[in-house]
Amino acid sequence: MPDPRPAPEYGFGRPATEAEIKAWNVEVAPNGEGLPPGRGTVKAGATVFAKKCASCHGATGKEGPMPQLVGGQGTLATDRPVRTVGSYWPYATTLYDYVARAMPYQAPGSLQPDEVYALVAWILFQNGIVTEDTVMDARTLPTVRMPNRHGFVSDPRPDVAK
Amino acid sequence: MSPTESPANPDRPERKPGLKRRTFLTGAASLAGLAAAKLWLTPQSAEAAKPKSPTVPDDPTKVPGSPPTPYGQRSAFERTVRLVVPSHSLTPLQDLHGVVTPSSLHFERHHNGVPLIDPARHRLLVHGLVERPTVFTVEDLQRFPSVSRLAFIECSGNSGSEWEGQGGASAQEIHGLFSTSEWTGVPLALVLREVGTRPEAAWMLAEGSDAGAMTRSIPLAAALDEALLCYAQNGEPLRPEQGYPLRLLIPGWEGNACIKWLRRLKLGAEPFMTRDETARYTDLMPDGKARQFTLVMEAKSLITSPSGGQRIRPGFVEIRGLAWSGRGRVTSVEVSTDGGRTWQPASLLEPVLPKCTTAFRLPWRWDGRETILQSRCTDETGYVQPTRRALVAVRGVHSGYHYNGIQSWKVGADGRLSNVHL
Repeated sequence: MPDPRPAPEYGFGRPATEAEIKAWNVEVAPNGEGLPPGRGTVKAGATVFAKKCASCHGATGKEGPMPQLVGGQGTLATDRPVRTVGSYWPYATTLYDYVARAMPYQAPGSLQPDEVYALVAWILFQNGIVTEDTVMDARTLPTVRMPNRHGFVSDPRPDVAK
Repeated sequence: MSPTESPANPDRPERKPGLKRRTFLTGAASLAGLAAAKLWLTPQSAEAAKPKSPTVPDDPTKVPGSPPTPYGQRSAFERTVRLVVPSHSLTPLQDLHGVVTPSSLHFERHHNGVPLIDPARHRLLVHGLVERPTVFTVEDLQRFPSVSRLAFIECSGNSGSEWEGQGGASAQEIHGLFSTSEWTGVPLALVLREVGTRPEAAWMLAEGSDAGAMTRSIPLAAALDEALLCYAQNGEPLRPEQGYPLRLLIPGWEGNACIKWLRRLKLGAEPFMTRDETARYTDLMPDGKARQFTLVMEAKSLITSPSGGQRIRPGFVEIRGLAWSGRGRVTSVEVSTDGGRTWQPASLLEPVLPKCTTAFRLPWRWDGRETILQSRCTDETGYVQPTRRALVAVRGVHSGYHYNGIQSWKVGADGRLSNVHL
């Protein structure tokens, strides 16, 4: 039976190896696809946060000077909206993805999966989204329901008439 | 240097309660705050760029001139520079001519610095819902049939300082996250045909090889018509700040979707919901809902000369400006010299290209009295650039991104121009 797939026309590039794909295929989807093995507790997260994050985000994640991570729930429709992980982000999985790829700012990509899971657990706990005894892993993280999960709409523009 | 994401983030205002707007230093409106406080990092960058005072001969026809140099320099008399803070720089629109931005004055925005990349070692991985996961070198991509086109790139946070009140003072401070170049690369569609996309592929994750591994989900069908994988800008390889050696360009779309230092394209059935399409680059509406995947930059125009910070004298003044639309061609620009009471058609300078900047002109005679200058453009879809008031009435003042309201420049009796809101 002939192969129905279209053949390459130019033949430039070379097949990617499994190892190459595995090394870069690190993003995490809302359904948890891409989450690595590992686990972290709220308590462990507090330790990692104090050591590697608090100097930028503040002792409780509220003080800054870098973006506030905690609080702001109920403020989005007010005169002073505060957009944080807890008030704004629709998916908890995104927090894993972003921390793992881009944080800490001075050493991006340096955290181990256990550390990232622990940080995610602690930040979500500080926001009142998970309980203090939560153990975060590839199974539990995608089940976290974020408060602003349904707070996003598609772009209706053009929306301003002449 | 401390991390700079928030204090220098031009992309979205994060107003802190209790602080006066001209004093707080976080968010988009900080462009104004920083400028007012003279905290731009110009000392280092601008001083370095400033030429030494040249020794000028009394008569240049009587002494031999300089020999050629391998890589040209501008005249020692030219001083125009970008305004710079750690995460971005702003194009000096009011000092430029024509529509093309010199590459060295193109605005930049990055999320954790400009990476140093050896093009010989750079790779683009295309995988996910494709028949043949493939690795391309830059040289591979340059072998494909190429396209060059003029297109603008605008940060979605451009002019964001104006949402909550009067922000910057000059065209550069308010609108400088906007530039235009000739871009050269291979059509994305050609590369995807080469790897064979699967029918269920509807989204594409584009990822950079910067320290933030900046990542956006791109709706594939909308991007396929025009997206380019670019390796050149204005005739030479991309500048490092513009994604050297490879970037995505989707003409007319917000700048951050045009991922720089591109290393990976992954096709998927759903959007990947990265931080930069959820926590950032979403527009918060007054009802607390936020718009997501607002990708196209709507029609906008701006009088660049005369503009904020400049001074005119009575008599003839040629009003000059720029207009553009992410949805296609600019079809007309109207200019008001009386604060919007009456409008006159400006002439459009050729070429008028889709999703590119169009220059406009209107001859004017200033009588020395206070007045307000404005421009508004219409694109080929019939969309008319809105007033600030109309824009705010629909979107409130907290959306942060995608500001395209009419710019008003007040001309004082002394001939000085300033930014005002009507």
